[in-house]
Amino acid sequence: MNTNPLNNQHITACFKLKRKEFQLDVSFTTPGKGVTALFGPSGSGKTTLLRCIAGLENPDRARFFINGQCWHDENKNLAVHRRPIAYVFQEPSLFPHLNVRENMAYGWRRIPKQQRKLRFDDVSAWLGLEAFLERKTEELSGGQRQRVAIARALLTSPELLLMDEPLASLDVNGKAEILPYLESLCQQLDIPIFYVSHSPEEVQQLADHLILLEQGHVTGAGDLNALLTDPELAIAHFEEAAAVLEARVVNHDKEFHLTSLAFDGAQVSVSYNGLPLGHKARLRICARDVSLALVEPQQISISNSFAVRVVSLDPDRDPSQLLVRCEVGGQHLLSRITRRSVHLLKIKIGDLLYAQVKSVALMK
Amino acid sequence: MEFSQLDLQAIWLTIRLASVTTLLLLCVATPLAWWLANTRWRYRQVVNALVALPLVLPPTVLGFYLLLVLGPKGWIGQLTESLGIGVLPFTFSGLVIGSVIYSLPFAVQPIQNAFLTIGRRPLEVAATLRASPWDRFLSVALPLAKPGLITGAVLGFAHTLGEFGVVLMIGGNIPGQTQVLSMAIYDHVEAYEYGAAHRLAAGMLGFSFIVLLTLYWRTSQRPLERL
Repeated sequence: MNTNPLNNQHITACFKLKRKEFQLDVSFTTPGKGVTALFGPSGSGKTTLLRCIAGLENPDRARFFINGQCWHDENKNLAVHRRPIAYVFQEPSLFPHLNVRENMAYGWRRIPKQQRKLRFDDVSAWLGLEAFLERKTEELSGGQRQRVAIARALLTSPELLLMDEPLASLDVNGKAEILPYLESLCQQLDIPIFYVSHSPEEVQQLADHLILLEQGHVTGAGDLNALLTDPELAIAHFEEAAAVLEARVVNHDKEFHLTSLAFDGAQVSVSYNGLPLGHKARLRICARDVSLALVEPQQISISNSFAVRVVSLDPDRDPSQLLVRCEVGGQHLLSRITRRSVHLLKIKIGDLLYAQVKSVALMK
Repeated sequence: MEFSQLDLQAIWLTIRLASVTTLLLLCVATPLAWWLANTRWRYRQVVNALVALPLVLPPTVLGFYLLLVLGPKGWIGQLTESLGIGVLPFTFSGLVIGSVIYSLPFAVQPIQNAFLTIGRRPLEVAATLRASPWDRFLSVALPLAKPGLITGAVLGFAHTLGEFGVVLMIGGNIPGQTQVLSMAIYDHVEAYEYGAAHRLAAGMLGFSFIVLLTLYWRTSQRPLERL
């Protein structure tokens, strides 16, 4: 990882901030494009870090470079309204004295015409807000309000999008309503995104890179697949611990209603979905759904199996279980199996085995 | 109802005084309330207490000190004299200054509460949407504090209408120049003109009631309780 702050296409950050009962002391570098998730338990400093990046906090020491530009260091501290950011807060925080259109236009009117990369009508159409433009904000549902907040933020044509648990204040319906927008947003926007979350599912679905925070410190930073499967990190030991793998659609089987996806020489099938051949998709494989076999499994109902190499064996939370990290090409996945099985099968690091996957979820 | 020439003068003077005072109050109280709502200065409570003083002081105390400070021997009096304005006691300008100070807490406190109720979030949102600090104040803080501004203005106006002690000390009781309604009523009572006193007093009672009723109706809140 290149830590030169002047290197293009990188974001480097370093913040120190002391409060009465809380201390933030972070330093990391992350690629200057794609979605970087800030993940950690509540109170770990995710929101404070995001606010530091936006310039909303006054850290004792700060350094923030994005794709070659300095926003904050010893000599410079760009005021919040001069940073080309968009911030989506946990609550929609719409202005109550303005209607939907005026809310959306608030930031849009404040940037010079030549800097407007997105058209007002396109954004309102894309977020499905055309019918609500003249409404008062209090007439909208929670999900609709958060859509307005996202539209309002995007209309400033930002160079960095900051999202602070945008789903947290919504009920199940609201979450289901917003998530598809966030997904396509993350895929289509050509700007880096920081996404704060404490939900492993959201991270697995949206993130490309991951920064793990605990008690104000970075405990891990890097590529999503590598971090999710790193047995040193707490996230690999969650009940719902899972690996996320990038795959491509290679085949449709109409007869059995299946779609095949390939990654690094391995292939799995999921329920038929009609995605075009060659489409890039993200697969989620839970550690508890992966079992290991010494020989290529035959005559069993699980059809998703492929060759893997054992990279590490680590104790899990439950003392009867072990967490086995396996490699397929360049990507990793986790398998949670019993200590007894490891003993009986004499599994050790470097072994070539067959992973049988009971269930694969297609994320996007 | 018939009013004498002097009574009409007093009514007109009172309305003029209350209007000018209210305008000035808004200009002074709004920035002061904004500062009080946002500052973390450790001595801000001193300023809060100073602003609230007219709530508890007898108006004559306030009027007495204003008379001293604004008079020919007071430092403001000497300043105004050296500037060629003359001394302010017993003039309309003197009345306005006294009224602004006397009604200040009635305007500052509702506006300050309104700013505090808004909280930091809407202003932070505006900052992330490229609004400069001044822009944020005008486009977010002021519109959101509108109920507080209206309450402050109405209370300041109504309170100025009813003042007596400060005006008597600093303005004297010069008909046509500094004689306001409350003093006209007092003069009528002194002269046993109860009928004339009644007409003015009942008018003020009715007017004040209607002003407060409108205020409660409009804001559906309890402005006096928020003080």
